[in-house]
Amino acid sequence: MLAEHFPALLVVTPLVAAPLIVVVRSARAGWAMALAACLAAVLMAAQLLARVAASGPVSYAIGSWPPPWGIEYRVDAASALVALLVSAIGTASVVYARRSAAAEIGGERLYLFYALMMLCLAGLLGMVVTGDAFNLFVFLEISSLSTYVLVALGRDRRALTASFQYLILGTVGATFYVMGVGILYLATGTLNLADLAVRLPQAADPRAATVAIAFITAGLGLKLAMFPLHAWLPGAYAHAPSAVSAFLAGTATKVAIYALARIWFSVYGADALLRDIPVAPVLAALSVAAAFIASGAAIVQDDLKRMLAYSSVGQVGYITLGLSLATEPGVAAAIAHVVNHGVTKSALFMLAGAMALRLGGTRFSDLAGVGRTMPVITFAFVIGGLSLIGVPGTAGFVTKWALAGAAIRAGQPVFAAVVLLSSLLAVAYIWRFVECAYFREPPAGAPAPGEAPASMTGTALALTAAVVAMGLHGAPVLGAAGRAAAALMGGAR
Amino acid sequence: MTASAFLHPGLWLAAAGVAAFFLRGRARQALLLAAPLAALAFVWMIPEGLHGRWEFLGFDATLARVDRLSRLFATIFAIMAFAGALFAMRQASRLEVPAAFVYAGSAIGAALAGDLLTLFIFWELMAVGSTLVLWSAAGPKAFAASRRYVAVHLFGGMLLMAGIAGHVAGTGSIAFDAMLPDTVAKALILAGFLLNAGAPPVSAWLPDAYPEASWSGMVFLSAFTTKTAVYVLIRGFPGAEILVPVGLFMVFYGIVYAILENDMRRILAYSIVNQVGFMVTGVGIGTEMALNGAAAHAFTHIIYKALLLMSAGAVLMQTGKRKCTDLGGLFRTMPVTAACGIVGALAISSFPLTSGFVSKSMISQAAADGHLLAVWLALAAASAGVFLHAGIKFPWFVFFQKDSGLRPAEPPASMRAAMLLLAFLCIAMGVAPEPLYAMLPHPVSYVPYTGGHVVGMLQLLLFSGLAFFLLLPMLRRTLTITLDSDWLYRRAAPRLIAPLGAAIAAGRRAVVTPVLGALAGLANGAGRFGSPRGAFGATWTTRATVMLVLALMAGVLLFSYR
Repeated sequence: MLAEHFPALLVVTPLVAAPLIVVVRSARAGWAMALAACLAAVLMAAQLLARVAASGPVSYAIGSWPPPWGIEYRVDAASALVALLVSAIGTASVVYARRSAAAEIGGERLYLFYALMMLCLAGLLGMVVTGDAFNLFVFLEISSLSTYVLVALGRDRRALTASFQYLILGTVGATFYVMGVGILYLATGTLNLADLAVRLPQAADPRAATVAIAFITAGLGLKLAMFPLHAWLPGAYAHAPSAVSAFLAGTATKVAIYALARIWFSVYGADALLRDIPVAPVLAALSVAAAFIASGAAIVQDDLKRMLAYSSVGQVGYITLGLSLATEPGVAAAIAHVVNHGVTKSALFMLAGAMALRLGGTRFSDLAGVGRTMPVITFAFVIGGLSLIGVPGTAGFVTKWALAGAAIRAGQPVFAAVVLLSSLLAVAYIWRFVECAYFREPPAGAPAPGEAPASMTGTALALTAAVVAMGLHGAPVLGAAGRAAAALMGGAR
Repeated sequence: MTASAFLHPGLWLAAAGVAAFFLRGRARQALLLAAPLAALAFVWMIPEGLHGRWEFLGFDATLARVDRLSRLFATIFAIMAFAGALFAMRQASRLEVPAAFVYAGSAIGAALAGDLLTLFIFWELMAVGSTLVLWSAAGPKAFAASRRYVAVHLFGGMLLMAGIAGHVAGTGSIAFDAMLPDTVAKALILAGFLLNAGAPPVSAWLPDAYPEASWSGMVFLSAFTTKTAVYVLIRGFPGAEILVPVGLFMVFYGIVYAILENDMRRILAYSIVNQVGFMVTGVGIGTEMALNGAAAHAFTHIIYKALLLMSAGAVLMQTGKRKCTDLGGLFRTMPVTAACGIVGALAISSFPLTSGFVSKSMISQAAADGHLLAVWLALAAASAGVFLHAGIKFPWFVFFQKDSGLRPAEPPASMRAAMLLLAFLCIAMGVAPEPLYAMLPHPVSYVPYTGGHVVGMLQLLLFSGLAFFLLLPMLRRTLTITLDSDWLYRRAAPRLIAPLGAAIAAGRRAVVTPVLGALAGLANGAGRFGSPRGAFGATWTTRATVMLVLALMAGVLLFSYR
C-alpha cells in the first residue's frame, strides 16, 4: 500500500519536484508543481498524524535495511505534528509566492525560486521524519543551503550581506552539530537516535556524552536563533523576499527546535538533563534574556520586518523556556507555541509583504497611514499582533496560558512572571505599528487606497483566521502538543 | 455552545456593534437603538442558571451564569448602552458607538461569565473596546491618553491572568465564587480587579484617560470598566477586609482632586473614583446589606454619572470649552441641560427623592449595623465632600457663577431625550425604590425614607452647601487668577483640604517624579541600546557570534566538569 511509504514519500515528493521544476524551466509550471508537491505533503503529514495518534509511532526502514544498521525514518506524534506545520506553511507560502515572488524576484530566475523552495521543504521535512542523527545533519544542510540562496534573492543588495552572514553562521552551527554527532558515534558506535538512547547510558566515558550535548546544543542553538546566537536572523528575515520570510519564520527555526527537543529528551532524557548536565538552566537563563532583550529591541526597530524578526527571537525564547522546564507540560507548551507562533508569524510576514508590495518598503516611514490605504491588511496585522501579545481569542493566548501554567506547576512561578511581563513588551511594539498605521498621515505620493493581489491577501487572511480559530478552540493544538511531548519524552526510550 | 441554546446578550450587542460599523444612515441608527433594547430583553428572557457550556483550554467553561447579581449588572449595562447610543446619535465618528457596543457587550459578558477563564476573555475584550472608544475622539491628546490607558489595562490583565493561572494550577478549578485573598494567586486576582476599579496606587489612569474621550465617549467609558470591577469584587471578594481602607482611600482621593480640579469633565472623572470607593468599601464590609448597597449604588451611579457626563458633554459640544473658569451662566440658554445636570448633581449627592439617596445610605447603614464607627464617620464626611465637589461645584461653575458671555443653544433633540430619560430614572428610583430593591442580590428590609435618614442627610447637605458658598470667594478668586502653576491654587484651596493636597503633591514630587524620570532615562538608554544603531540592535558581526557560540559551549562544559 502506498500509505506505508508516506514517511519516505513526504521527503521524496518535494525532493523530486525540485529537479523537475528546473528541467521544465517555467515559472508558471514550477509554481503548479511546487503547489502540488506541497499539497501532497500536507495530505501525507495529516494522514501520518492521524495514524500515529491511532496506532503509535511508525518506523520506516530506508531500502529495507532494518534499523539500527540502515537509516530509519520514524514518525511519532511529535514529528508528525511538526511535519504538518511545515508542509501547511509551505503550501501557504507557495500560494502567496505566485504574485509576491513574481513582483520581488521576477525575470528568468523565478522558476529557480520554486525549485529552491522545494529543496528547502524537503530538507526541513527530512529533519523532522528522520530517526538518524547523521541523516538529520544531511537534511539540515540541504535546507540551510537552499535557504541561503532564497535569502539572497531579496530585492536589494543588503540581502546578499545577510545571506552571507547566515551562510557563515549556519555552517558554523551545522559543524558544531556534526561534531557532537561524531563524538556520540565514537562513544556508542551508532547513529540511530533510538539506539543512541539505549547505548548512551552504557557508554564507557560519560564525559563524551556531556561534550557531545554541549556541541549539539550550541550548534542547533545557532540554527534556532537562541539568544544570543540570533545575529543572523534579523538580517535574513528582513531582507529575504516576503514569501521566503513568511516560510522561514514559520518553519526553519521551528524545525531546529524540534531537533533539539528530540535529542535532548528522546536521546538524553529529561532526568539526565536535569541531573548530570547543566544545559537546561543555561537555556532557561538565555530564554529569559531573549524574552526581555530581544522583545525590547523589537520596540525600537525602524523597519516592520526587522521588528517582526526581533519579536521572533523573543518568542523563540518562550519556546526554549518551555523546553528548559524539562517537564511534560512544559515541553507540551513549547511544542504548542511552535505551532501557534509559527502560524502567527507566517501570517504577519505575509501581511508585511503585502504592505511592502504596494508601499515599496516596510520602514515605518513607508507605512504611515497604511490603515487608510490598506484597511483589511492592516486590521489583520493588528489581529496577528494581538496574538503575539497573547490577548484572549488568539492563538498566542492559548500557549501563553499553557506556558504560564506549566511553569507554575514545575515550581517555577518566576518563569510564569517572565512570560507575562515580557508580553507587555509586545504591546509596545505592536502599538508602534498601530500608531504608525492609523494615526499618521500617509506620505505625499502614497498609492491610492487598495489592497494587495487577491492571492496574497487571501492567503494571509486565511492564516490570520487560523490564528483566531486556534485561539477560540485551542484544544486540538494543545492535545496534539501534549501527545507530541509524551512521544518526545518517553517514545524513543 | 451545547445543551441549552440561547442568545448571549453580550455577544449579541458586540456583534451588533461590529455590524453597525459597516452600516450607514437610518439602518445604522435603527440598529444602534434597537440592539441594546434587544440585549435587555435577552437578559430577562434567559432563565436563572448556567447556560452555554463550552470547552476552552481543556476546561469546562460556562458562557453565562444568570442569577440576581449578574442579571442586575447586565441590566444596567444594557440600559446604559441604549442611553449612550441615543445620546451619541449625532456623533460624527463612525467608530465610536460601534466600539462602545463591543465594550458594553463584553462588560455584559464579564458580568454573566460563569468562570474565571470566560471572565478573563471578556475582561480583555473590554480593554480593547474601551481603547477604541478613546481613540475615536481622534487628535493627538486622545491618542496619547489611549496609549497610557491600554498599557495600564493590559498590565492589569496580566496581573489577573497570572493570578488565574496560579489559582487554576493550584486548585485545578476555574470556578469563580466568593474567595479571600489568602494566597499569592488570589491576591493577584484581587489586584487585577482593583486596578480596573481605579484603586490606589494606580487610580490616575481614570482621570487621565476619560476626559480625553469625545463628548459622548466619556459617557460610555464612565459606565462599564469600573462597575464591572465592582461586580467581580462583589462576586469574588465579599468581605475582604483590605477593601475597606482601599475604598475609603478612593473616596477621599476622588474628593480632594475633584475640588482642586478646574476641567469640568476631570471633576466628574475624579468623582467616579470617589463613588466607586463607596462601593468598594461596601464590598469590604461584606454583610448582605453592604453588598446590596454596593450593587444598588453601582446601578444608580451608572445612571446619574452618565447624566452628569451627558450634561457636561452637551456643554462641551455646544461651547467647545472644558474649564470651569471659561464657563458660567449657561442656564440662560441651556435650561434643559442645566436642569438635567442639577438632577444628576442632586442624585450624586444622595439628596432625598433621588436615586443616590436610596442606594448610598444602604452602605452607611451597613457600616452602622456592623458597628464600624470610623467607617461610618468617614462615609458621612465623604458624603459632604461629594456634595461639595460634584453636587454644587459642577452645576454652579458651569451653569451659574458669573456670566461668561457664552450663549450656546440647547443640544439636539436626541441628546436632550437621552438626558431626560436618565433624569427621569434618577427621580423615579428615588421616589419609588422598590423595583430596584427587588432586583438586588439579597432580600431587602431596608427603608430609606425614615425621618432620621432624611433629616440627617438634609442637615449634612445643607451645611456642606453653606460651607461651599462661604468658601466660594476664595475658590472663585484663585480659579480666575491662574491654574497653570499648581502652588497658587493649592495655597488658595479650601483650608481643610489644602494640607492634604499639598502632601499628596509633595509625595508626587518626591517619589513619583524621580521614579518616572529614572524610568524614562532607563527607557532612553535601552532604546539606544536596542535601536538599529545601538550596541544590541545593530547587526552583530559574524565574528562576535562565533565567539559567543564558543563561549556558550565552553560555559556548558565548564559547569558540567566533574
